[in-house]
Amino acid sequence: MLTRSDTVQELTIEELRAKVGTGMEIMDAEEHMLLSMGPQHPSTHGVLRLLVELDGETVVNLAPDIGFLHTGIEKSMESKTYTKALVMTDRMDYLSPMSNNLGYIMAVEKLLGIEPPPRAQAIRVILTELARISSHLVWLGTHALDLAAMTVFLYCFREREYILDLFEMVSGQRMMVSYFRPGGVWRDLPEEFVPAVRHFLDFFPARLADYEALLTHNPIFLRRTKGIGVISAEDAIAWGLTGPSLRASGVNWDIRKAQPYSGYEQYEFDVPVMTDGDVYTRYLVRLEEFRQSMRILHQALDKLPDGPVNSDDRKIVPPPRSELGTSMEAVIHHFKLWTEGFKAPKGFVYQSVESPRGEFACYLRGDGGPKPARVHFRAPSYVNLASLPKMAKNLFVADLVAIIGSIDIVLGEIDR
Amino acid sequence: MRDKLVVEKITAVFPDAIEEELDFRGEKTLYIQPQQLTAVCRLLRDDPALQYNFLSDICADDMLPEFPRFAVNYHLYSIPFNHRLRLRVNVEDPDEGPETVGTVWPVGTWLEMEVWDLMGIRFKGNNSLRRLFLPEDWQGHPLRKDYPLGYEEVQFSFNWEAIDAKKPYARD
Repeated sequence: MLTRSDTVQELTIEELRAKVGTGMEIMDAEEHMLLSMGPQHPSTHGVLRLLVELDGETVVNLAPDIGFLHTGIEKSMESKTYTKALVMTDRMDYLSPMSNNLGYIMAVEKLLGIEPPPRAQAIRVILTELARISSHLVWLGTHALDLAAMTVFLYCFREREYILDLFEMVSGQRMMVSYFRPGGVWRDLPEEFVPAVRHFLDFFPARLADYEALLTHNPIFLRRTKGIGVISAEDAIAWGLTGPSLRASGVNWDIRKAQPYSGYEQYEFDVPVMTDGDVYTRYLVRLEEFRQSMRILHQALDKLPDGPVNSDDRKIVPPPRSELGTSMEAVIHHFKLWTEGFKAPKGFVYQSVESPRGEFACYLRGDGGPKPARVHFRAPSYVNLASLPKMAKNLFVADLVAIIGSIDIVLGEIDR
Repeated sequence: MRDKLVVEKITAVFPDAIEEELDFRGEKTLYIQPQQLTAVCRLLRDDPALQYNFLSDICADDMLPEFPRFAVNYHLYSIPFNHRLRLRVNVEDPDEGPETVGTVWPVGTWLEMEVWDLMGIRFKGNNSLRRLFLPEDWQGHPLRKDYPLGYEEVQFSFNWEAIDAKKPYARD
């Protein structure tokens, strides 16, 4: 890695190559300039550092340098029980903690071989779709801000705040919700939740039309995004791109449709697929996802079944407070769950969910004890970053900013 | 059904490639012989009836105290046939890990970098292995089971010197 004391002139090309890490090949160290972009750079959406080799203003090559937010989440989770480890998942993709919760909890449930009741599944769908909208709102705001359209940013955060209030209503927390639990959810929805979501669905389409009016036909926005950062379908698949970015390259793959989970098969929605594969197309795909998420929300609220929100398996779900005063067995279960936790069988599972950024997956290995033996997350932002050098080659530095915005990375999730 | 097809296709070309099969919670795992991994991967990707064109994830396991201690999981997905498959390779010596799958799916190179950094498994033929999340001068690979979580060892009068000797802090 280049350190502050190194000046490029003092090093031979071989030394320079070794210094910048083998991840990047320097094409021409004599003529080109090496620019370190980030980690403190407003358009790298966190603490991403990019080492860019520039010929004038053209990007010849670049290599991402990550790890500034590495907190060892996977290692820490191995020392906690399955339930307690949940809180760490919120802190990865902090823009859509609900999707992370869902991916992890579904892996735990798969390992245990239990199924949450229908009401819990519907609640999970409602909340993850709200999380998708709120995450896309942050993406839209910051992406537009990167391209100097500041108004959109302020409006997007106003709407996002409403969704965060909804999260606070159900879980007590705006962001670090930890609301989904093995076997169901923490508590049932409060009475005022469903009307509040309906209110959101009433006013949001008009707001979305406002953003579109600001951007979709804006000549400056079009010039900055059309034909920029193109990636073909074959390359996108080969480089592991997922989510809206993959669908903008013409690959129709959405895990909610391909391998439905948590009752997604009951809802009617379309998967927006476009073929241009540039920054503008990724923008259009995500805008359409707003509308599809709203469609799912309408149906989920209409169909929201009654009944319990937690599995009745007392070995996994703690007994309700009311039982503790009357049943000795409930007291024992409660004590066992909060001291030792439940034991999961030996074996390994892999569970994927469609997070706002792409395929979020959790690999979980149990060794028969109350703590996971290995937890691994397939973080969509991390894998999507692999195709960034491919997209940005031979474009201007200013376009690089647009491309980073369009693949929508969250550094908390990349570094874990 | 598709699980069976995969096994048939592999054994037809590489009769001794599959060491073991495992079904757990509806997921198929094939233990692949390490030397034949890339050849099997190429077959899985290119066979028109299989088309595992998407490498979803690579992650390593440390099964201390078992032997072989390490294992690497490859989670494959076939977009045309909507099917998932896990290949698992046992690794006896982490310095002599399996061959890179970056030649089959380019994203493999990037995913292997994470495995090397955190679990310390060296993939043959991957020239990009470097510290990714951790600083350049970091010692050890934190996801290994024999790597401490990071708590400070408590010193008592009877073991003060022993712990002090190995405690990492600046000495004169």
